[in-house]
Amino acid sequence: MKRAARFIIFYAALFGLWTLLAELKIWPPYLFPTPWGVGEAIYNGFADHTYWIAIRVSMTRVVLGYGISVVLGMILGLGVASNKFLEETMGGLLVSLQSLPSICWWPLALLWFGLNQNAILFVVIMGSLLSVTLAMEDGRKQMPRIFGQAGRNLGAKGFKLFWYVLLPASLPFIVSGLKQGWAFAWRSLITAEMLYLSLGLGQVLMMGRDLNDMSAVIAVMLLIIAIGYIVDGVVFKGMERHLQNKWGLTPAS
Amino acid sequence: MSTHSVPQQFPVPATPRVPARGNKRYESLGLVAVGDSRTASLEIPKVGLSEISLSYRTQSGERLLALDNINLQVRAGEFVCIVGPSGCGKSTLLHLVAGLHSQTSGEILVDGHPVQGPGTDRILIFQEHALFPWLTVGENVEFGMKMKGRPRAERKEKVRDYLRLVHLAKFEKSYIHQLSGGMRQRVAIARALATEPDVLLMDEPFAALDAQTRDLLHDELERIWSETGRTIIFVTHNVREAVRLGDRVVLLTFRPGRVKSEFPIDLPRPRHLEDPEVALTARDVLNELREEINRSLEAEYSVGVKPHIEPGVSA
Repeated sequence: MKRAARFIIFYAALFGLWTLLAELKIWPPYLFPTPWGVGEAIYNGFADHTYWIAIRVSMTRVVLGYGISVVLGMILGLGVASNKFLEETMGGLLVSLQSLPSICWWPLALLWFGLNQNAILFVVIMGSLLSVTLAMEDGRKQMPRIFGQAGRNLGAKGFKLFWYVLLPASLPFIVSGLKQGWAFAWRSLITAEMLYLSLGLGQVLMMGRDLNDMSAVIAVMLLIIAIGYIVDGVVFKGMERHLQNKWGLTPAS
Repeated sequence: MSTHSVPQQFPVPATPRVPARGNKRYESLGLVAVGDSRTASLEIPKVGLSEISLSYRTQSGERLLALDNINLQVRAGEFVCIVGPSGCGKSTLLHLVAGLHSQTSGEILVDGHPVQGPGTDRILIFQEHALFPWLTVGENVEFGMKMKGRPRAERKEKVRDYLRLVHLAKFEKSYIHQLSGGMRQRVAIARALATEPDVLLMDEPFAALDAQTRDLLHDELERIWSETGRTIIFVTHNVREAVRLGDRVVLLTFRPGRVKSEFPIDLPRPRHLEDPEVALTARDVLNELREEINRSLEAEYSVGVKPHIEPGVSA
């Protein structure tokens, strides 16, 4: 109860401050919109289906791009973790590549794929692939070896060993990496979408700028935050809780 | 415990526990035992280790001999305990039989066939329970059968049977972290048995349990062994435990591990840890073991200190 009260007080204060600053009219309303101006923009955006379409387009892209990253990242990570040669050579490369913001791949993606959907997907994949790969590599190493031995001992080998033993055994150690990968994928997507007429949330955001409509810009920003937060809270928190119930501990710590 | 009836569903390996003396079939094959009938069985041994050596390179680069020329024959249905001080390589020996590692030289035969990698005819039970925490108790027991591709209905039935055997039928849907240490080892035993191995390899399975739980599990293991007729190779550092459980106790030396001596244990079953005969026999074994323990202690303490245990210290 106390927590809820603190929660309400904090957000009420934030809202009050925003209203106050907007009402003082230090800046013109098109530069600093009021909360209800933003509220109206959100309502209109949903009413004329712009936001629904944008959300659908963006979500399809991020699910596809992130999905590909997870599959590729797991294969890569497992390969790097179980092969000494790959670990020594590719391990360092992966870590150094991670310092490159994924949008830096945009010029190359444009040249390779043209100004289309595939270029955006490429940037999304490059954004999250490394996180997933490094998480999988790390998880595979942290996973107690005894599970692999027990699995082989009980007759699991090859793909069955990976699917039924190594993957579930390393899941508690890679879930935070998967979460990070998702966050990177989402950010990369919005960034890439802002760069051309892409129909996604990023483009709707830029449209607000082009029309000098700061209410619309802030409305889309809130939308982007909300979606990121909901996916994190529903999908990844749910996954973590599920793992904790099964394992009976918080193995990620 | 002793009033338990033998459930029919547990397949007993075809080879009889006690070797039939003067077996015509083997005589005609020329495999008649010579000399001491106790050590030289009339049958092809269930597990035969011949001249097993294992050496590995330590991180500082020197070559370490862990096991040296081990010869051991285990009859079908026999309960063999291997004891030795810590660091004698007794656990490593089990891993070799399980096929999880390979020896530097020598040969391991199971039913006369050389061991090549892990196989479900030999299941290892680890000291730290290696149950899968992401599966329920029932799913853990089911795992080996699932890997073998057994039909679902059969698996479900076997899971129930084997959980009943270890008295854990109520916990089929529980997760591993919800069980006590003793219950976990019982699940591990059920999981191992459910893959229907001929040989159970047990690597200090009760070492981490409290004394009461351990006593209970000794009784249970003895009962399960007599009901299912499995061959068991049981590794422990606890001499009393080895004498209480084994048909035979094999003593390994400290680094490199060699077979120092073997003690046939002809005490009547069911046995108990407090039986005076068990204690007396354990003392004989311990007298031999003491020298090895002292060698292992010397290796662990700094130069100049001479720690050792005296005769009369209980096992």
